[in-house]
Amino acid sequence: MSPLNWTRVFAVMAKEFVQLSRDRLTYAMILALPIVQILLFGYAINSDPRHLPMAVYVQDHSAFSRSILTSLQNSSYFDITREARSPAELDRLMARGEVLFTLTIPPDFSRRVVRGDRPQILIEGDASDPLATGGAVSALAALPQRALAADLVGPLSPRAAVQPFEVVVHPRYNPESITAYNIVPGLLGVVLTMTLVMMTALGMTRELERGTMESLLATPVQPLEVMIGKLAPYVGIGLIQTTVILVLAKLLFDVPFQGGWGALAAGVLLFIIGSLALGFLISTVARSQLQAMQMSVFYLLPSILLSGFMFPFRGMPDWAQAIGSAIPVTHFLRVVRGALLKGLDLAESWPSLLALAAFVAVVTTLAMARYRTTLD
Amino acid sequence: MAASPASLAVDVRGLNKSFGDKHVVNDVSIQVGTGRVTGFLGPNGSGKTTTLRMLCGLLTADSGEGMVLGRDFRTQAREIKLRTGYMTQRFSLYEDLTIAENLQFMARVHGLDDRERRVDASLDRLGLQNRRDQLAGKLSGGWKQRLALAAAILHEPRLLLLDEPTAGVDPKARREFWDEIHGLAADGLTVLVSTHYMDEAERCHDIAYIAYGRLIARGTADAVIADSRLVTLRAEGPGADRLASRLAGQPGVEMAAPFGLALHVSGTDRRALDAVVAPYRKPPLSWTEVEPTLEDVFIHLMSRQEDVW
Ligand SMILES: Nc1ncnc2c1ncn2[C@@H]1O[C@H](COP(=O)(O)OP(=O)(O)O)[C@@H](O)[C@H]1O
Ligand SMILES: [Mg+2]
Repeated sequence: MSPLNWTRVFAVMAKEFVQLSRDRLTYAMILALPIVQILLFGYAINSDPRHLPMAVYVQDHSAFSRSILTSLQNSSYFDITREARSPAELDRLMARGEVLFTLTIPPDFSRRVVRGDRPQILIEGDASDPLATGGAVSALAALPQRALAADLVGPLSPRAAVQPFEVVVHPRYNPESITAYNIVPGLLGVVLTMTLVMMTALGMTRELERGTMESLLATPVQPLEVMIGKLAPYVGIGLIQTTVILVLAKLLFDVPFQGGWGALAAGVLLFIIGSLALGFLISTVARSQLQAMQMSVFYLLPSILLSGFMFPFRGMPDWAQAIGSAIPVTHFLRVVRGALLKGLDLAESWPSLLALAAFVAVVTTLAMARYRTTLD
Repeated sequence: MAASPASLAVDVRGLNKSFGDKHVVNDVSIQVGTGRVTGFLGPNGSGKTTTLRMLCGLLTADSGEGMVLGRDFRTQAREIKLRTGYMTQRFSLYEDLTIAENLQFMARVHGLDDRERRVDASLDRLGLQNRRDQLAGKLSGGWKQRLALAAAILHEPRLLLLDEPTAGVDPKARREFWDEIHGLAADGLTVLVSTHYMDEAERCHDIAYIAYGRLIARGTADAVIADSRLVTLRAEGPGADRLASRLAGQPGVEMAAPFGLALHVSGTDRRALDAVVAPYRKPPLSWTEVEPTLEDVFIHLMSRQEDVW
């Protein structure tokens, strides 16, 4: 094998650029996909649903309890639709999905408020759809301060100075309870995966299907030159998409950017290259564009389902976590979430970055080993 | 073949290739004299494309040995690719690139210097200059074929492999294409061209005929005809063409086919042939012995090959 010839790399790259620029699908994939996705998901983020049904189990029929119920109603997040007579009944209502929240007020609630020992009330939320309940849960934070403000006057006014009671929020069915902001990093991973894996896998098999592979192979161009030349334009596409998504996330949904820029840049770059190499690998296996498409989708599914994007990673069974750990999106999500939401940089995120780098190395090696310089 | 090994651009022996259990190229040897135009003939599916692909390193031969342009074709495929132009049977340039872009791409991957000038010269030579910005996919068959040829010779190869270059192209364009091929050969390029048009076979210096993956005849057209030891008798006169069905299948008659209003009867056994036509050697029919055409010879070779199969 002779050394890499950059004229040949550039030849493939230039050709790929021109072809991409003539393909309308490219524009759709580059811009429409991230925009549509973030608007769709963003709508969900923003939708902040209100008037969610709630069942209550009040064991302390007092003015204080009534004030709490009124306050919940007034927040407009909750509609108290059922009154239960036992904890079991609450459970049943929640399990059947008739209510999304339950409230339990203990028997000696008002007595203990007056005594000042800050009793607890329990609110359980059906978090299986965290997007639906997230807004309501955050509204609960203000409840203790507000609910009893009108009641705690006169001799009881010192009780209002500190929080007179505690709200224990207990999410059910989805203990990790993804917050809305978690969606954006996941979306970035999914959009990049969809675009990059699919476009490269299709791009290479298209050469096979259209017969242009025969001309290409008859030239002295080498496997690595083809790979670099073909993939480089897509790195640009990936970076454009990343920018679009992050800018929209900031402008439309005010997603926090806590820092961690080094980790973010390294993560995005490694993930883009890994996805491209994977697409290239798929193209060395697939015999047609249809097969390439099927394989890409086959890969996309666990990327969405097992990466921690849809379901909290720690909540998955061990086998699913094992599969998830082998998928680059999982590590990409950790890096991006860490950077955007927690400001984690290279020092903290290196294990995930290392996993991404390992993925790039393995997949590139496999792709090069499988790439045939003949038509056999 | 009189050529000495030094003057052979292609000298490969014992080529074999199977796809699964299908033995597609069977012990084929192929020699192409430097500077000669050699026609590679054979019916569809006989293994021409597969053989050409093995010669330029696009397929790995199961066995076989020899040299292409003085280099071992099994181990020095890269070296050979640098000096070989290959025009595929199916158009294989980029349909979503323009003519000029396709040529520029070829110039770059071959690492040519002075690319603009070469691309320009190539466009001029093939009369494509005023279509340079047209997408390749929008071209008609004849123009596509010109472009493919231009791309194959852009890097000034010493060997040109053409796989059925004129399939589906109109007669005038075919004629011009062959003039171009001979022009290139006159400049010293060696050409191996597969075809199944007989008139094109006659324009080649040498011929190699392959059927069912076996090479069954080679040499100049005259030598191939002489080697076949085929005798062809021609009958003319009213009703001659209608004799075909009566003579076909008689002992010694390998082929009896109407040629317009006349009839050609061929066989390798002159005495048997004479005996069969004797009853018809009377007016109004007149019989003459004629030189068999290449087509006669190939049909004859084919039918023999079928028997062996
Ligand atoms: N990649 C392949 N896989 C399987 N069979 C093939 C392949 N390429 C060619 N063949 C078969 O090999 C035979 C010879 O094909 P080919 O060399 O294209 O013949 P020709 O060019 O003379 O028409 C055909 O029967 C064809 O179907
Ligand atoms: Mg063929």
